Parts: sequence; structure tokens; C-alpha cells
Amino acid sequence: MDQDFSNISVYATSGNCLSPAGSNVSENLVAIDKGNLAIEKHSNSDLSESPFYGAIISETVIEKEFSKLNYEGPFSKLEKMILIVLNGIVTKYSHVFSKRCGIIFSTTKGNIDALDNAEIENYYLHNTASKISKAMDIKTQPIVLSNACVSGIMAVSVAKRLIQTDKYDHIVVVGADLFSKFVFSGFQSFQAVSPKPCKPYSKNRDGITLGEAAAAMFVTKDKSLLTSNSYKITGESSINDANHISGPSRTGEGLFQSVQKAIKEAGVKPKDIDMISSHGTATNYNDEMEAQAFSRADLAQTPLFSLKGFFGHTLGAAGLLETVISLASADENKIPPSFGFDEMGVTLPLNISAQTQSKSIHTVLKTASGFGGSNTAVIFQKFNTNE
Amino acid sequence: MNNGIHHYCRISNGQVILDDKVLFTNEEKNFDGFIKSVYKHFEIDYPKFYKMDPLCKLSIVIASILLDNSEGAIEDDMALLLSNKSSCIDVDLKHQSTIEDKDDYYPSPANFVYTLPNIALGEISIKYKLRSENSFFIFEDFNPEFMVDYANSLIHLNKASSVLCAWVEVNKDNYNAFVYKVSPNGKTEHSKEHLKTLIE
Amino acid sequence: MGELKTELKNKIITSLNLEDISVEDINDNDNLFGEGLGLDSIDALELIVMLDKDYGIKLTDPKEGKKIFESIETMAKFIEENRTK
Repeated sequence: MDQDFSNISVYATSGNCLSPAGSNVSENLVAIDKGNLAIEKHSNSDLSESPFYGAIISETVIEKEFSKLNYEGPFSKLEKMILIVLNGIVTKYSHVFSKRCGIIFSTTKGNIDALDNAEIENYYLHNTASKISKAMDIKTQPIVLSNACVSGIMAVSVAKRLIQTDKYDHIVVVGADLFSKFVFSGFQSFQAVSPKPCKPYSKNRDGITLGEAAAAMFVTKDKSLLTSNSYKITGESSINDANHISGPSRTGEGLFQSVQKAIKEAGVKPKDIDMISSHGTATNYNDEMEAQAFSRADLAQTPLFSLKGFFGHTLGAAGLLETVISLASADENKIPPSFGFDEMGVTLPLNISAQTQSKSIHTVLKTASGFGGSNTAVIFQKFNTNE
Repeated sequence: MNNGIHHYCRISNGQVILDDKVLFTNEEKNFDGFIKSVYKHFEIDYPKFYKMDPLCKLSIVIASILLDNSEGAIEDDMALLLSNKSSCIDVDLKHQSTIEDKDDYYPSPANFVYTLPNIALGEISIKYKLRSENSFFIFEDFNPEFMVDYANSLIHLNKASSVLCAWVEVNKDNYNAFVYKVSPNGKTEHSKEHLKTLIE
Repeated sequence: MGELKTELKNKIITSLNLEDISVEDINDNDNLFGEGLGLDSIDALELIVMLDKDYGIKLTDPKEGKKIFESIETMAKFIEENRTK
């Protein structure tokens, strides 16, 4: 048993995502280039009495994309979103869906809209996960991770750990959450919803914008399965603030420690990190907390962006969606813009990427923080498939 | 490098059991009344308990009983690994009930903040000042195989020196909780088969 | 005003789940937050909902709450002056 598990290399590949801005990665990248936000103004009395900003995927798009696939339903909106983003992975990797291939589903609320229709069975997250994994013909019991807003990126680190300790060879990671009245009303009661598209790190920020999305990634130790857009997962950590269940730590302690531990495991220095895809929700406290943590971690000079100003906060999908988009940008050696950013609005310096920048990107740090005091940091390093 | 179980605790069927010994019994069928009686009996003295949703109440009580009855200091980097079936269904239904009627639409922030299962991790971390790895998983039933695999991976990859593992399920008046600590110093076998016998 | 103050004390105890505290334990000028009753930011948001639901007063900026929720005295005064129901 005295094996050094940390020697096993684990890779992330074949990322995909579905958002109001596009049904795959390249459509989303084009929309980012053009500045066509996933966030729009909506009037929908089922969701809110008055008009609001949010990122909501139209049923028409979902039906159109889903009709291209060959699944026998019925499936909910969320389940269709999941099957749509997973299709590429199913096509490419179904030949390795054996007892050594797992699936992790990350979500905060799953089919929470089931409560509107009193469909209680659909509320249970294990039911959603089973439906998806049966449809895909995955042979192992699905794992559901529900860890607030860090779920999506934490799922990648959980996959890495389970592969490193030799439980699996591959894990399909998928994250999804809906824009729901349930969550929207809650954030309204927190007085945390912005009346405009959210503006992370801006002096003029005034809260979050919610969104919905699904994202997926294939995590494996088998180099022969990697495509050109592949990254080695070299360091990861998730440290709790142990401070407050909804308020972020004033000192950014949990995020700071998570970043430090991820950096140490990756064996890199802060200056080796080419860009940070941060959490950036545009609440006062979150953005300030991140500035504290990044400053303490010697990352104040590193180009940083939040994708929340583009996609909104997509909850349990956010960490994975933002990873998929960030790695796809890194592939093109581009740092995406931090939409909504204008005047600096945090008290410590951060190098916020206001415009798209071209730069050779090798190492990417993805972070997220959430309710319950949770934080996650993961380091991805470009993997040359000829290595 | 084999890991073992230290103590374990169970709360089910009106009983609190610590390492095979029944420490408390109460026939009260109502979950809220029952868990309050456990909280009082074990003198947990943590007033925030009263503000919590049922999942956090169950989690904080069972974690406190186990940790307060364990010898030695708690490792600073003890990871928390919680799981259940019903997420935080009771508080979810409560929040849902406040938004269904357009004329009586007053969602409560104090409820909403508990509508994520991992808030239970946050509450335990705050009470025991644990700045450590923690995660919440959902399965249809207690999943001993996963608990063993993931707890071992946390320890073997140096993410934690010990792990508090738990199944914390509550859905209306049906509850079932099981918690144990595992580390390289634990004396009891930490295997799927042995865990099954403990939760039978 | 005295009646309103008792009503507020009762409401705070029930809606914020302050177990083991009774109306007699709360003085009109005690600090509700920090040292005093030890309420926190979530409780403050809950009090904002209470103002809206029970007294028809909408606070849109949580920062306004800070002065209003200083004590039972300040809360009662604000409600008297602004209530619509």
C-alpha cells in the first residue's frame, strides 16, 4: 500500500458547455469575442414580478439541440441540458465506459423547478444522476457533489483524487444548474441581485446576476485519449473559511490557503501562473475577499478575469463552465475580458483583464468560493500531446 | 498506510449510540423535538443550533457528540466528508412555500441561507474552527465503498491527516445519521464490509 | 409605543429563533447586534423582511438597517413614523 499516488498524472480534456450564448465551446468563444452577453433582460412573471437581468437558455434551443440526440425520455430541461453537453464525450469515449470509468454530477439545486410542479421524485439529485448515467450507459454508480458555488470546479479535483488513488481510470465530470424562481427569490431576499448585468470588481458593482448553464469535461490518466486541447491537473485544494455560512471571510483565509496549497502541489511559483479565472460574483464582500486572498498569495500582478459578467452566476455549473471556457481561451493563447469591469472597486491591487489580451498561456489558476465557507483552487497546465 | 476507524456514533430510531453503547433514548416522533432533546441531553450549548435547518441540526449534534467524546485534540486539517439522500429537502420545501403565493411573497433570508446541503459542513467547520478540506455528496443510500475510497484518497494524497465521515439523512420525521472518524491511527478496520455491519 | 415594543420583542424572539430568551430579557435600549443580543447579518436581512411583511416598510439598502436596528427603541420609533400597515 505504500505507493506514492501523487505520481499519477491526471488530465482534463474535451471540455464542452451550453449557455444562452452558445451550444458548444466555439459558439461561446465567438460570443465572448463579439461581446454578445449570455445575460439579457427578461420579463417572465413565472420567475419574477418585474423585469430582471439573467442568463436563461431558451426552450427552443434546448429542444433543437436535444432533438439531434437519440435519447428516449421523458427528460426535464436540466437533464436535456446535461445530455446535450455530454454528447461529445459520449461519442468520443463510450468505448472506455467500463467499471473503471466514473461520473460526477455537480449541482447546487438540480431539478429544483420540480417543486413548482410538486414532482418530488425529480427533486432527488441521485435520481437525476441515475437517469443521466443510464442514458449514457455509464457502468458505475454516479457520484453527486453538491457543494454550493464551488461544486463545478471541486468536481474536477475530486475526479483527480479518485483517479490518482487508482479507483478509476477516467471520470466524466458534468455540472449544471437552472435559473430558478427558488434561487432568484432567495438572492433577492438577500438584497444581493444587481438591477443591471453584474460588474465584478467594479466600483459600481451592486450584486450578482444569476444564470443557467451546463458544462462537461473528461478527466483521465490515459494519455492516448487526449486531444490537442488537454491540460494536466497539477494542483488543487479546497479549504473552508470556518468563519460564516454566507459571508465570505474578510481576510480571504480559506481561498488564500486553497491557492497556496494548489500552487505547492503543482510545484510552481506564483509568477508562473499566466492567468487567473476567478470567482468574481460582483457582491461587495466576495470581490473584496478575493482581492485580499490574491494579494496575500502574491498574485496581484497576474492577469485575472471573472466570467460572471458574461454568463451570470451559474451556481453548480459555474466552476466547470468557467474552466472549460478559460482553458479553451488558453488554447488560443488569449486572456478573456472581465465583462462589466470599469473602475477599480476593490481596496487592494488586482490586474484585471478589461480587454481580450494575447499572451502565451501555459498555466491557469481557476478559483471559486461559495456559501458554507467553501473555496476551491485548481491549477491546469497545458499538455503537449507529443510529450 | 492502512487507515482505521476511531469512534463512531449513530442517531436513528430514537437512539443515540456511541461505539455500540446506547447513550440516550427518546421515543419522541417529531424530529425537531427529538433532536432538541439530544442537544439538551449532551449539553452541546451552541445557541446557533436553534437557527439551523433540520440537516444542520442533525449534523452539528452528531459531529459534536463524536468529537466531544473522543480523546486527544482534533487535527487542524481534519477533513469533513458528508453525504445523504435528501439534500436539505425540509428547508427547501419551507423556502418554496414562501414563494408560491404571489400575494404573500416573503422569502426568508434565514431559511434561504440553509438551502444548500454543504452549509452543514460550514457549521461544523465554524464550531470546531476547521480550516480544512470538505465536501458534500449525494447518494440514494449510505455508500460505504465511496466513503472508504474518498477518505483514503484525502489521507494518501496528504490533503488531510484524518477525515470525519458521515451519512446525515433527514426528511420530515425520518432521520438516520452515522458518523465516524478515520485516520492512520484508527484501530478498527476501515472497509466497505465493516462499515456495512456498523450501520446495519 | 410600549405595546409596539413588546410586539417587536416577541417577533424578534420567534422569527430569529432566540431560544431561552424572553421578552423580559430584552431592554429597550440594548444593542441588538454585536455584544447585546448577538444578532448577525442574516438576522438583519430577516428584520428587513419583517418590516416589509408586517409594517409595509420597504428598505432597499441593507445599510439603512444599521441605524434602525440599533435597539428596540430605535426600531419602534422608525416603525411608528413610517408604517403603512
